[in-house]
Amino acid sequence: MKQVFKRPNSLRDVPFHFCPGCHHGIIHRLVAECIDAYDLREKTVCAASVGCSVFMYDYFDIDVCESPHGRAAAVATGIKRALPECFVFTYQGDGDLAALGIAEGVHAANRGENITIIFVNNTVYGMTGGQMAPTTMLGQATTTSPFGRDFRREGYPIRMAELLSMTEGTAFSARVAVNTPKNLMQAKKVLKKAFEVQLRNQGFSFVEFLSSCPTNWKMSAEQANQRVHDEMIPYFPLGVFKEKSETDIL
Amino acid sequence: MSKPKVELVNGNEAIARGAMAAGCKFYFGYPITPQNEIPEYLSKHLPDIDGTFIQAESEIASINMLLGAGATGARAMTSSSSPGISLKQEGISYMAGSEIPGVIVNMSRSGPGLGGISPSQGDYFQATRGGGHGDYRTIVLAPFSVQENYDLTIKAFDLADQYRNPVMILGDALLGQMKEPIILRDNKPGKFDKPWALTGAKNRKPQFLKSLYLNEGDLTQHNWKLFQKYQQMKAEIQYETYRIEDADMVVVSFGSVARIIKSSINMARDKGMKVGLFRPVTLYPYPEEILRRLSQKVHHFFAVELNTGQMVEDVKLSVDKGSRVDFYGRPPGSIPTPNELFDEIQKVYR
Amino acid sequence: MYFDVIIAGFGGQGVLLLGNLLTYAAMVEGRHVTYMPVYGVEMRGGTANCTVVISDQEIGSPVIHHPVTAVVMNKPSLVRFGAMVQPGGWLFVNSSLIDAAEGDYSKIKMIMVPTIELAAKAGDPRLANMAMLGAMIEETKAITQEAVVKAFKQALDKRYHKMIPINTAAIEEGARFIREGKR
Repeated sequence: MKQVFKRPNSLRDVPFHFCPGCHHGIIHRLVAECIDAYDLREKTVCAASVGCSVFMYDYFDIDVCESPHGRAAAVATGIKRALPECFVFTYQGDGDLAALGIAEGVHAANRGENITIIFVNNTVYGMTGGQMAPTTMLGQATTTSPFGRDFRREGYPIRMAELLSMTEGTAFSARVAVNTPKNLMQAKKVLKKAFEVQLRNQGFSFVEFLSSCPTNWKMSAEQANQRVHDEMIPYFPLGVFKEKSETDIL
Repeated sequence: MSKPKVELVNGNEAIARGAMAAGCKFYFGYPITPQNEIPEYLSKHLPDIDGTFIQAESEIASINMLLGAGATGARAMTSSSSPGISLKQEGISYMAGSEIPGVIVNMSRSGPGLGGISPSQGDYFQATRGGGHGDYRTIVLAPFSVQENYDLTIKAFDLADQYRNPVMILGDALLGQMKEPIILRDNKPGKFDKPWALTGAKNRKPQFLKSLYLNEGDLTQHNWKLFQKYQQMKAEIQYETYRIEDADMVVVSFGSVARIIKSSINMARDKGMKVGLFRPVTLYPYPEEILRRLSQKVHHFFAVELNTGQMVEDVKLSVDKGSRVDFYGRPPGSIPTPNELFDEIQKVYR
Repeated sequence: MYFDVIIAGFGGQGVLLLGNLLTYAAMVEGRHVTYMPVYGVEMRGGTANCTVVISDQEIGSPVIHHPVTAVVMNKPSLVRFGAMVQPGGWLFVNSSLIDAAEGDYSKIKMIMVPTIELAAKAGDPRLANMAMLGAMIEETKAITQEAVVKAFKQALDKRYHKMIPINTAAIEEGARFIREGKR
């Protein structure tokens, strides 16, 4: 019998701890599929972050270095400079990258650091229990913005893919979603492009995933997917914001 | 044997050259007075050996780049001065927790806050008591001359690899800025097996470096393991004694003050006062057992520091009960002269 | 043997080079030696100074409050360091830029050195610092002139080595000034 679906080699054979309907599992799988697609499992080192994705090393069958909260881009810089032949990526949530680690992210991009950042934006702090994130939508109630985010108090949700597309060192910056099969297929295509940018030594590559958090959004999985479509995508448009041509080597 | 190579260099450059002699190929830092000759030298010379120099966006980024490079098994270093070292503490804690080696240089200045750029020993507690969060220790080496800046930096890399632990060089502005002739070594960098290093999981199982332990009992076990390691570090204790054989009173000082007070001790000896010096070179692990044994022969100790009283606590914890421990501290602002410290010796000597 | 000196002046007068050269020369003679520059914010504002300590024994402090010797190349340096010299010590004053020293210097040996004129005699008035060095070592015997000449090669970058003869000549002019007792 022909096998049409299997676990990527780069993922371990263990169940995810993620909540039902959470997109982390899907994004993990996409990343693992790309690692397999380019046969990178034996030459990949990941800088993990702090948040729901902290347990990466339990799921990915690759070398992983834990980073202090927000500092994954700096840790990845140290790894990549020491191991230029390895594929090096970070996997960071919105609190990690867009709040605490924004300096590390922007400067890694500006140096044209030849690493890939996988950014998971679910508009909320997941692991600590649903507090406001830098990407929390206007009006969205969280445990620390109980009356809804008000730009007069808390400012606006930050658009990281656009922001990082502005630095000269950024070779690739895009935003994708995985809330529908169509978006998921497109997300994989975009993610592959980001991988290829690093494999061609073109510099910094960045992919923002719009992700759901049904638990902290207090929604069902279906409602959460719908929210990504109805609320997030209009504010955080999907697309490629920066793409150096293949021949444009640093 | 060929004639040793002697050069006149300043203390910061001696550290940079010690690092290169130790095979350090990666440096990450952010400018701050009074240690800028370290990044300046390495930015110029690391490319000679295909090394990497990054002027990072912050001290926080620097320490985390060090963490990343160290995680691959590479020899790497960062340097800063007091306020910058405060920013690095989180990273140092993670390195200790994940058992990632690396060398951190603190050519300390004065605080608190922005303080000033004059020499100070106000970072003794921060260096020896962990500095960051959690029950960890950092090996701390305290040079007192430009030659020791060079020699102890070489040693720091070996200790970091041997114990899989961050190692700190604690100097100060005086030791960073002064020039002295030093003997350069034809050093063969120590070789250490690093099966734990992250290099891509080729022909082996994937591995990870982490400090998060949530399963019941795991963190306890991890902390005990670290504790065992800290116990083993006692084998590295290093200190200097000077004219203590017949001493009635032993001065205890480290770093630049130990250097200045040596002259004061000679003055005291010329006046017939039996005074000696005990100089800890490793501030962690502190030579407490040596000091305890010394306190069975000598019963009067005089701790002298460029702060208002930090290392004196370790002296008190080390010596036998019944020993007298006097203290003279100098807050930052001016460096005491040998004459001034001689006066202080005279005040407490009996 | 013990000698220390604070050398001070405007930035650009070559006081740090003077100190460095002295330090190298002491190194050539196999002595213990330390050199301590001012650094950081003190460098702003146009004044520079450094301290050199030379000894046959291990050197305690590289920082000296009351030096055996002070070399002052401009008026502000005289005001700041002149009164600090130990009784019996030397104060070398750059008389090309400083007219007269106010204050009581009766307990020290004050030596007025017309550095620019001496350097001009050697061929380049910009070598005033070297003329001062020559006068200082001739008077104090802190190090030999031969050691300084040897030290040039180490202290100066190779591209300046062609300048060594004229620098040496300026040092000799300073030394001759002391020998001939013209001060």
